[in-house]
Amino acid sequence: MTEEVLRPRVRFLSQQAVEQIIEESFELLEKVGLFIENEEALKLLADAGQKIDRAKNRVFIERGLVEKCLKTCPPEIRLYDLEGSREYLVGRDEVHFDPGSAAIKILDSTTLKEREAGTSDLVTLYQLVETLENLDFQSTALVSADVPKEMADIYRLYLGLLFSRKPFVTGIFRVESLKPMLDLLVAARGGEKALAEKPLAIFDACPSPPLKWSRLTAQSLIDCSRLGVPSELIPMGLTGATSPVTLAGTLVQQLAESFGGLVICQLARPGAPVIFGGSPAGFDMRKGTTPMGAPETMMIDCAFAQVAKHLNLPTHAYMGLSDSKLVDAQAGLETAMGATLAALAGINVVSGAGMLNFESTQSLEKLVIDNDICGQALRLVRGIALREKPLAVHLFSELGQDFNFLVLPHTRKWYRQEHYFSSVLDRDVYDTWTALGRLDIFQRAGKEIARRLSLYQRPELCREKAGELRKIMKAYAASCGLDRLPEVPGLKE
Amino acid sequence: MKPEPNSHLQALSQAIVQGLVDEAGPLAEKALDAGLKPLQVIEQACVPAIEEVGRLWEAGDYFLPELIAGAEAMKAAMTVLQEALKSSGQSLKSAGRVVIGTVEGDIHDIGKNMVASMLRASGFEVIDLGADVKVERFVETAEREKADIIALSALLTTTMLNQKRVVELLVSRGLKDRFKVMVGGAPVTEKFAREIGADGYGESAVQAVSVARNLLSGRGGKHD
Repeated sequence: MTEEVLRPRVRFLSQQAVEQIIEESFELLEKVGLFIENEEALKLLADAGQKIDRAKNRVFIERGLVEKCLKTCPPEIRLYDLEGSREYLVGRDEVHFDPGSAAIKILDSTTLKEREAGTSDLVTLYQLVETLENLDFQSTALVSADVPKEMADIYRLYLGLLFSRKPFVTGIFRVESLKPMLDLLVAARGGEKALAEKPLAIFDACPSPPLKWSRLTAQSLIDCSRLGVPSELIPMGLTGATSPVTLAGTLVQQLAESFGGLVICQLARPGAPVIFGGSPAGFDMRKGTTPMGAPETMMIDCAFAQVAKHLNLPTHAYMGLSDSKLVDAQAGLETAMGATLAALAGINVVSGAGMLNFESTQSLEKLVIDNDICGQALRLVRGIALREKPLAVHLFSELGQDFNFLVLPHTRKWYRQEHYFSSVLDRDVYDTWTALGRLDIFQRAGKEIARRLSLYQRPELCREKAGELRKIMKAYAASCGLDRLPEVPGLKE
Repeated sequence: MKPEPNSHLQALSQAIVQGLVDEAGPLAEKALDAGLKPLQVIEQACVPAIEEVGRLWEAGDYFLPELIAGAEAMKAAMTVLQEALKSSGQSLKSAGRVVIGTVEGDIHDIGKNMVASMLRASGFEVIDLGADVKVERFVETAEREKADIIALSALLTTTMLNQKRVVELLVSRGLKDRFKVMVGGAPVTEKFAREIGADGYGESAVQAVSVARNLLSGRGGKHD
């Protein structure tokens, strides 16, 4: 009886606008071209007959090639958890939330100031996210300051794989890290072929606005594609600063940059999985900052997903995060608006939970609160189901004189499916709330973190793979001048 | 009726304040045609105008596009006026020479570009090295160009440490006293600037101008 359920949906573009944006981005690729600083990518494009201005590393990409690549790009991707048992569809209107990634600071729970994060912070975050039921994926959300910068990208994935069952959204900071990071994933999955069949991680790759793919990011696209690891393209135009000031103009540039990434992936290996994502921002002309919580930012994200869906591609966006420096009303407002819109837009991978301060600070308390925000957003898009036929009339004949709905089997049968139950939102009566210590949401989140961490259980497979992962990590750490890895809390190695 | 000299100054000044990039140059020419001296135009129209742009920015009335347009209009007028000065055998007293760039590993140049524009508009000679500039290049360029100031921009907390490396290189080559170092960028704070031994820190492009002026004010006579 679910065929009549309407999935609520938000759209920001008319069909004509979608087509015009696509049309103009083709024109941009043909006339202005892309700057590609990667020899291997340039060779792939030259072999595909594209015109290249060698002096400027500029490639003029023909519409026909993009169209051909669109045909080989899979419309949906399946990720699998560490055990390979749970499958996550990335495509259609499926929505998966994950923590906003690569924060360089963590908001300290006690001092309420941001500080650098270390190994133990990363471990705590990964364990907590494992328990957050509305975040389907992990992301390498924090950068650990207790290892050399050269290994910061791989180290966060290494720690993540030691503690997580959920699939990862990750990425590289340096070209050199790509191979060992892929090695970690191959080891965790038990072979290259197994990893290609059941991807465990998505790799983010950000073009540099406007219209450039750097050596690093293009290499990530090529190597991931060859291994069958999905690439998530993250253009990040800033309206009026690194992209046109109009939202529609930024969409044209974002699409042209994404087409460039798509072509590189498909030339590296036809059929390579690609996700059309982004982290654009409505640039703040007063402060010179990049607000992720601005409505314009969210409008670009939703509209871009609409264009990508029109092209039959999986989608992503950085939404459901805040620019606030504390877990306060602004944090709730911006996160809820973003997560809700992302869900309504049917964006497949939504990165942002836990994040504050323009994608630079993670907060454990905010992660717990955002888990509820994401849960509510997911509830919205499940829509209003028509559970039984008739919907209600038959119930009234079962009810006695007192109309006691609570006793109906119908109530017990459906209430958990019909209603979302939050873990930290306050729904107590005033006296109970007072008796519980008059806690605000931040304080309740603190308690909830402790409760959840006490429930965390390390997957057996993490234990089994630890030795192999550690070997790869140690070898790379040594090449970065680090002889001893920091001690990992709770692990006896 | 021919407009009064004052009205020429006023029109040019307004064009700069309003950021009318295409009009500022021709208006400067008109002022010269009306018999005004280049230095007089600079001192009585251009300088007060760019100061007004800065004031409107600090007051929150102007946003970045107006600030940049003001600086660009100023540049257009100054190009005309400096040409006129040169042909009359004079030259403008430079407010100072600045080597500016975004440090190694960092490709973000929006903030750096704004500072460069404002410094240029305020009479500084600016040598812009762009983004992702190696530590050595800052120092070598400053030596070669006989700069007064090295201005370092960084957006990332991971790259702001390269601002420190520039200061360290200056110290190790015994050049720390020859150049003033100013730093800026989103993650940079006054405290960080002090810690790494920089001489100045500006929170915004407008502040950067007064910081640069203050840094050089102690060196009276050098540019005369």
